[in-house]
Amino acid sequence: MTKTIGDVILRCDNISLSFGGVRALSDISIDVREHEILAIIGPNGAGKSSMLNVINGVYHPQEGTVTWKGQTRRAMKPHESAESGIARTFQNIALFKGMSTLDNIMTGRYTKMRRNLLWQALYWGPARKEEIEHREVCERVIDFLQIESIRKTPVGRLPYGLQKRVELGRALAAQPELLLLDEPMAGMNVEEKEDMCRFILDVNDEFGTTIVLIEHDMGVVMDISDRVAVLDYGRKIADGVPDQVRTNPEVIRAYLGAGH
Amino acid sequence: MLYREAGQFKTSYAKDLAIFPIRQDRWFIALVLIFFGLVVPLIANDYWLKSILIPLLVSSLAAIGLNILTGYAGQLSLGTAGFMAVGAFAAYNFNIRVPELPLIVDFILAGLCAALVGMVFGLPSLRIKGFYLAVATLAAQFFIEWVLTHFGWFTNYSSSGVISAPPMKMFGFAVESAVEKYLLTLGVVLVMALAAKNMVRSSAGRAWMAVRDKDISAEVIGIPLMKTKLTAFGVSSFYCGVAGALWTYCYLGTVEPAAFDLARSFLILFMIIIGGVGSILGSFLGAAFIGLLPIFLNNMAATIGHGTLQADTMANLEHVIFGGLIIFFLIVEPHGLARLWQIAKEKLRLWPFPY
Repeated sequence: MTKTIGDVILRCDNISLSFGGVRALSDISIDVREHEILAIIGPNGAGKSSMLNVINGVYHPQEGTVTWKGQTRRAMKPHESAESGIARTFQNIALFKGMSTLDNIMTGRYTKMRRNLLWQALYWGPARKEEIEHREVCERVIDFLQIESIRKTPVGRLPYGLQKRVELGRALAAQPELLLLDEPMAGMNVEEKEDMCRFILDVNDEFGTTIVLIEHDMGVVMDISDRVAVLDYGRKIADGVPDQVRTNPEVIRAYLGAGH
Repeated sequence: MLYREAGQFKTSYAKDLAIFPIRQDRWFIALVLIFFGLVVPLIANDYWLKSILIPLLVSSLAAIGLNILTGYAGQLSLGTAGFMAVGAFAAYNFNIRVPELPLIVDFILAGLCAALVGMVFGLPSLRIKGFYLAVATLAAQFFIEWVLTHFGWFTNYSSSGVISAPPMKMFGFAVESAVEKYLLTLGVVLVMALAAKNMVRSSAGRAWMAVRDKDISAEVIGIPLMKTKLTAFGVSSFYCGVAGALWTYCYLGTVEPAAFDLARSFLILFMIIIGGVGSILGSFLGAAFIGLLPIFLNNMAATIGHGTLQADTMANLEHVIFGGLIIFFLIVEPHGLARLWQIAKEKLRLWPFPY
């Protein structure tokens, strides 16, 4: 595997975020380089999910800036960040329960579809052609994730592990440049975890997608990530390649614990 | 054994995207269309056409409108009849004030007016959800009724507030008899139902359902909430507006605000709940259930109970049975008649060898 990690594609500078009196993030700076897999780890309540929410515009930090592909911004609507090539999955599955697997994945193509409502009401000519083009993209995602057999099943009926996979599919359908994964392996058994790791590595490998992920399984984190950032109480306490982080005394104290 | 999809392979995505991908369904729907389009006008009498089928079709259209908003986009609304009233009065006013316009254009403009009003009253949906939104749309219902009764301009300063609808002309033909009105209604309803089905299976419909199921992840995927919700309000009110125009022109023959009171809003809401929330077919089934069952019960009571029970007891009994049946259906299948239909089809695929 020869992958070349490129320049910094996403830079977060001195991000501070608080809710009322609670300070969720204080003065955090993180760089993400093109094509890398960056893991964010830390104890519960350290601000990991808040960090992802700042990156894709769900939360707006009080201080600091986010620079994505050379453009600096502080407040951005989530749908604007989606249009600029950021996709994500959620810690608690946030699929559209009433819709089929295919429809869920098709929603990932929303920002790429151009025909207006009148064309869609006619469902003819260009509108139909567009629908089929995007269907092909989604079918490739479905092939990739090996979920062909549940294409038409409402996602509410699927087991947990498959739902997680569909959610990844929905994010992939947008063909993002940056993929944010919030605990993609939480609550999975070993086999499902292995599958998910494989998919994450393949996405990174085949499409060159930059990935930022939050994960609690240290075996997984140290195995698949190129770099690890550690948060604790809203501060960043370490940032480096897995081996550096593993031996960092402050990280051991705050999160990893001493070896038994 | 008759209902089998075995051997019908879909070899392209276009075929997979068809509304009725199974051959038997296509035959069935063709038969239904032939029946309602050709057979019914020949055999039905004026009572059936005027008092049952036309209001049924128009209610279905309004139910489709509400279903787009409530069933697909998940925004609860009690303003349906209000938006119908906007459509009815808009069509009337365009008709008498700009007589040059053909009637079909009046109907479309009526829909657009209702859409505009609907979008204005949809603005609160950006901030509030669920029952609270229902109360906010209730305001639309009362406000529209109040405006239409208190400003004479809308009723062309008629003293009674009730005006008879002007005669209709469509493509140069006068639409006067019950059959003609029925065919006009049927045509409009079919075209609009097809358009609705197309919208809900395209990206607009997926956006509506995404907002309904999980608005936060919808936004993160790139679906703008404001635009999506307002589009849903607009399209839904367009349907209600056209339904309102048809209601006055083809059914009532009069234009009056009292025809569009809160009770009508509720009735249409019941139609979609019983028919199936989030289903175009369900809108028709629900309208049929709510529209036909009381008539059926009435006839039943007249035949069976004649002479044995007092008339007022019978009338009450009809209501009791009607209410009971609604509860029964909601318990048996909370997702409505459309879901029952779907389950029946799934069972039929395996019948008579379910294993």
